Amino acid sequence: MNLEELNATATSERLARMKKRHHMYVCVGTACQALNSEQIAKALQAELKQRGQAADVEVKCVGCPGLCSLGPLVEIESRVNGQAAAAEAEDDRRRSVLYQFVKPEDAGEIVAHLDGEPVKRLETPLDQPFFTRQTKIVLEHCGKIDPERIEDYIAVGGYQALLKVLTEMTPQQVIDEITRSGLRGRGGAGFPTGLKWGTVAKSDPSAYPTHVPEGIQSRKFVICNGDEGDPGAFMDRSVMEGDPHRILEGMAIAAYAVGANQGFIYVRAEYPLAVKRLRTAIRQAQRAGLLGNGIGGTAFSFNVDIRLGAGAFVCGEETALMASIEGGRGVPRPRPPFPAESGLWGCPTLINNVETLANVPPIIMKGAAWFAGIGTEKSKGTKVFALTGQVANTGLIEVPMGISLREIVFDIGGGIPGGRQFKAVQTGGPSGGCIPAQFLDMPVDYESLAKVGSIMGSGGMIVMDDSTDMVEVARFFMEFCMDESCGKCIPCRAGTVQMHRILTKIQEGRATRRDIQILEELCDMVKHTSLCGLGQSAPNPVISTLRYFREEYERKVNGEQKPEARSQRAEARGQKPEGRSQKPAIRS
Amino acid sequence: MPRTLTINGQEISARSDQTILEAARDAHIHIPVLCHLDGLTDVGACRMCLVEVAGSNKLLPACTTRVQEGMEVRTDTERLRAYRRQIIELLFAERNHVCAVCVANGHCELQNLGIEVGMDHVRYDYIFPTLGVDLSHERFGMDHNRCILCTRCVRACDQLEGAHTIDVMGRGAKSLIIRDMNVPWGESITCTSCGKCVMACPTGALFKQGSTVAEMVHDAEKLAFLRAAREKRVWNV
Repeated sequence: MNLEELNATATSERLARMKKRHHMYVCVGTACQALNSEQIAKALQAELKQRGQAADVEVKCVGCPGLCSLGPLVEIESRVNGQAAAAEAEDDRRRSVLYQFVKPEDAGEIVAHLDGEPVKRLETPLDQPFFTRQTKIVLEHCGKIDPERIEDYIAVGGYQALLKVLTEMTPQQVIDEITRSGLRGRGGAGFPTGLKWGTVAKSDPSAYPTHVPEGIQSRKFVICNGDEGDPGAFMDRSVMEGDPHRILEGMAIAAYAVGANQGFIYVRAEYPLAVKRLRTAIRQAQRAGLLGNGIGGTAFSFNVDIRLGAGAFVCGEETALMASIEGGRGVPRPRPPFPAESGLWGCPTLINNVETLANVPPIIMKGAAWFAGIGTEKSKGTKVFALTGQVANTGLIEVPMGISLREIVFDIGGGIPGGRQFKAVQTGGPSGGCIPAQFLDMPVDYESLAKVGSIMGSGGMIVMDDSTDMVEVARFFMEFCMDESCGKCIPCRAGTVQMHRILTKIQEGRATRRDIQILEELCDMVKHTSLCGLGQSAPNPVISTLRYFREEYERKVNGEQKPEARSQRAEARGQKPEGRSQKPAIRS
Repeated sequence: MPRTLTINGQEISARSDQTILEAARDAHIHIPVLCHLDGLTDVGACRMCLVEVAGSNKLLPACTTRVQEGMEVRTDTERLRAYRRQIIELLFAERNHVCAVCVANGHCELQNLGIEVGMDHVRYDYIFPTLGVDLSHERFGMDHNRCILCTRCVRACDQLEGAHTIDVMGRGAKSLIIRDMNVPWGESITCTSCGKCVMACPTGALFKQGSTVAEMVHDAEKLAFLRAAREKRVWNV
């Protein structure tokens, strides 16, 4: 497809869309699908057919619109004037209604109320802060397009950026544009994306020994890191499920900028829906000539393959991820050399997170200045968070950088349910820390989070209320890290085990003050001597809870607080001596 | 191109392709190592050789970090000594290292390091995992209780013998050295019984059968000789 054909497809799609009076968007993301949302779509279609309205209404299965706690969600967009009027009408104003907790049985009622007043019993207001306070860039199409149709993506301007880059810009101009936008890696560390792209572009594949397997033409690679392992995080999954073409487009632009012809998307096998939709997307893009040889009629070729991860948390670490793609054990190696110089099979490799790549097409289309205008001075753009825990609205949100934690938790999140008090918010998953109430008004950006001992991480955000036992939180994350340690370096392999033992001892009331001291020493040692990011950040939840909730630890070692769950826990361990199959109860 | 750097304040020169560890050894500066073995590639896993480099807030493994012009390296600070001691303590607590009844007693790199870092007791809980001893091979044995997962045997088998019989199974604390698809050593069809893994082992985990306590001397230097002999074609030293 060249630009003309792309535009023609987009126009015809838009026209076809405008002919319909109503559009029903049924969320078929993992969470809603688990609640039978595909049946809802079928029931709606059957109902429309029965009433003879099928030609007038479009039912679309879409990705996650965000508010998972109210799922399954169905959004209905209708033309305001209520007339089937001229399809080409410029004035395409629409009214939106969002239905929550929809069941297949509700289909009849929903269809019957299409032209009249919305169904009151199912309606949830669209003007609530959850929707109005968000700024959507990465998620702009999630919940609006069918992720299994490339035409849907093209209709909203998809692949325009790729063709623009290929026909109008040099690789250096692309890198400059990304650099100027101030985009930083969304995988957690926040490394400037433009700088990384520039380094890979400059790297010489012959500088390090390369052993590229036969059949692979490229001597540089682009990897999309979709190995999302943080407990409570599902940002990347939602993007992969809801807008897979966006990622492919971002990867292709990146590949053009750095000079790569082969890309890999590394997804964990626990995301079957994401894998399925990515596979479909790759096939469609290849067929449309937007991936493969001679993209859009230019000389640029780029292929993408999916690699499935077996679900090891450490494989989110870039060097371990590459070892896994190469077919080896997913264990990290010391850096330098960094992947930008010597990555997959010794070749220069660009590795970016899903969300980072999803930010690329709009930056190309709308310009670096537009993107740089959002966010704070050092953290530009928006960030997607998976808001979970003790908060009224759980789900996926996208907010501009610099928004305060209070706005996220109390406005967008709707506050703490059950009349409880806010206690802390855990950001960054096992690599992050707990932020107490005193920092609620702090802006959320890379630097501010680091200052209070946490990190942005990939974007998991777990809200905890005053019934949360912080030592148990630390113990839970330590158990996770202990299980997920690859075992290569000693501080991480053996240190996390000892830290977990001490935390368990504290929980069971068998610890002394000396144990806290040893715990702190271990935290310091594991943090500074571990080989990769997993070990280096594993102590963070302990360090941050010790910093802000130390009295909880001390109460327990002084024997002031009787360990309630002690016998229960011992019993559970007796039955299951190993593994983390017992659901860790974070609440005491 | 030679590089000039300082290690512990001492000015030394090194080749540009040398690691900090190699440069330090040439200058007779001792840096403790455990997973490093001359003749094998480095993995930087044991973290014993971590050094402080001025200008870097991260500790760097001397075995994989290349020298740079003007580098200021410290190998013996109070902080590093404390970390090394903690790491050795963690290793002793991780499995069952009872020196008195170990074949390598007296010839053990872990034991020597314990003495070197001044470990007089272990502050952590001993884990005492239930691990077996594999005596199915006619000449050699493997005691998983003494294994520190340094992967020297894995690399020796792969890089020097070319058999790649040995690898690591499992993750984290449940990692285990295995042969082939986790078969008893004696039943491994790829093992050539060359004994290079036994030579490479720093502890009493791999041993020659029939060695009684304190008799098992590992001749790890032979492996470096073998590597050099093959690559440089020099067979007499």
